[in-house]
Amino acid sequence: MKHSFIDRYSDQDSLIHRLDPRTKFITTLAFILMVTITPVIEWQVFALYLFLIATLILLSKVPILYILQRSLVILPFVALIAISIPFFKEGEVAGSYNIWLWEVSVTYSGLQAFTNILAKAWLSILSLTLLVSTTKMTNLLNGLERLHMPRVMVMILSFMYRYIFVLIDEVMRMKQARDSRNFGGKRLWQIRTIGNMIGTLFIRSYERGERVYAAMLSRGFNGQTRTLDRLNFRPADIYFGISFGLFLILASMINLLY
Amino acid sequence: MEEIIKIENLSFNYPDGRQALTGINLTIYQGETVALIGPNGAGKSTLLLHLNGILHSNGVVKVSGRSVNNKNLRWVRSKVGLIFQNPDDQLFSPTVFEDVAFGPINMGYPEAKVRQCVARALDWAGMTDYEQRSPHHLSFGEKKRIAIATVLSMMPEILVIDEPTSNLDPRSKWSLISLLKRLPMTKIIASHDLDLVQALCQRAIILDHGEVVADGATSHILADIPLLRAHGLAPDGAT
Repeated sequence: MKHSFIDRYSDQDSLIHRLDPRTKFITTLAFILMVTITPVIEWQVFALYLFLIATLILLSKVPILYILQRSLVILPFVALIAISIPFFKEGEVAGSYNIWLWEVSVTYSGLQAFTNILAKAWLSILSLTLLVSTTKMTNLLNGLERLHMPRVMVMILSFMYRYIFVLIDEVMRMKQARDSRNFGGKRLWQIRTIGNMIGTLFIRSYERGERVYAAMLSRGFNGQTRTLDRLNFRPADIYFGISFGLFLILASMINLLY
Repeated sequence: MEEIIKIENLSFNYPDGRQALTGINLTIYQGETVALIGPNGAGKSTLLLHLNGILHSNGVVKVSGRSVNNKNLRWVRSKVGLIFQNPDDQLFSPTVFEDVAFGPINMGYPEAKVRQCVARALDWAGMTDYEQRSPHHLSFGEKKRIAIATVLSMMPEILVIDEPTSNLDPRSKWSLISLLKRLPMTKIIASHDLDLVQALCQRAIILDHGEVVADGATSHILADIPLLRAHGLAPDGAT
């Protein structure tokens, strides 16, 4: 069965693609950190961040529409969490409404906090989308390992990347088998069936885990994990890392100029 | 001929108490290609898992004269390469290279030797250009071949293969059979694909209900229709 790739466009070639995954990972983290700690009022700084990330996206040659689409996926979740903020934050009232028995008022500072959260989340997601679209998952995992991320976590991520497709296939096959037998009827019955399917899927995954482990043991796995090193920093990584860091610092200090 | 695997009085119960293997005695000689045939649930896979010490029970399994125990597992697993039925279980790494390199790296080889092993194994399996591909984007036949390469890279003396041709279309099946034919190691192949048995194996062993019920030349065993019928390997009433 066909799946969309998690790391689609990562096998293309551009200035950004060629950077070492470690450089990209660290700069992405730095970017997200700076975005999150920037105070609410400094919208100019946010504009600069957006400019920075937009430049990088252009440099990476990944279709802009694709990045936008990907980044929008996360917004409903953020909105769901942030939607109540304008109503609860105290301050100057921007408008008040009567909804049935309640009187609800929206404050300016609340609205500001809301847009602030949205902007921060969106910028962070943009940078992560760029990271995943320009770095092959395998290289990223290799990079994380070289950055001394605990090996167990790297392995969990790599198994996840490997088996998510196998599991999706399994779910799709189960769904097809269920629908071929005219799935329908009472709501309660439907829910029970879905519960059974989830249970079956869990047991199958557990058994697959045992078989995979046996296959690992058969090839001499003894709990220790080893890999070959295949990454190299190049001068471009150093230039990129330094200039990106400088830009971030400059952006965060821009309000001092006013 | 030199004995390479010797199984003495091996019995095994599943965790739920069902008897899987009962009093198995077998000797495999160097350079043989042996078929292990039997209906579903006969205990074939369980027996294979004993050959490199994944499962162990009260009987004795000897590889090249040394009995398998917890101390020599590493050595046993470098001698006996076990290939699982489902390549999705066998291939667990993000790229083909990492999967084929997994065994050699675990054996502690230096990088140059690992690369050499991987290249040779992929060459044997006819999959040279696949190093950077992801297993989940390969066809089933390609996955089967890579699964074989992951074990060949460890240069085992004995290949133990569980159902190599299951789920393959005829073309992939015959190309896999000719691949296996080219490999010089001692081979133990569990299968109920009688085409494969006929094409590859000089000797066949029938396993049913966890017991060895027949052991002899493939031509004899496959010609004995009543025997095959009694163990669910030929259709009832066929001539």
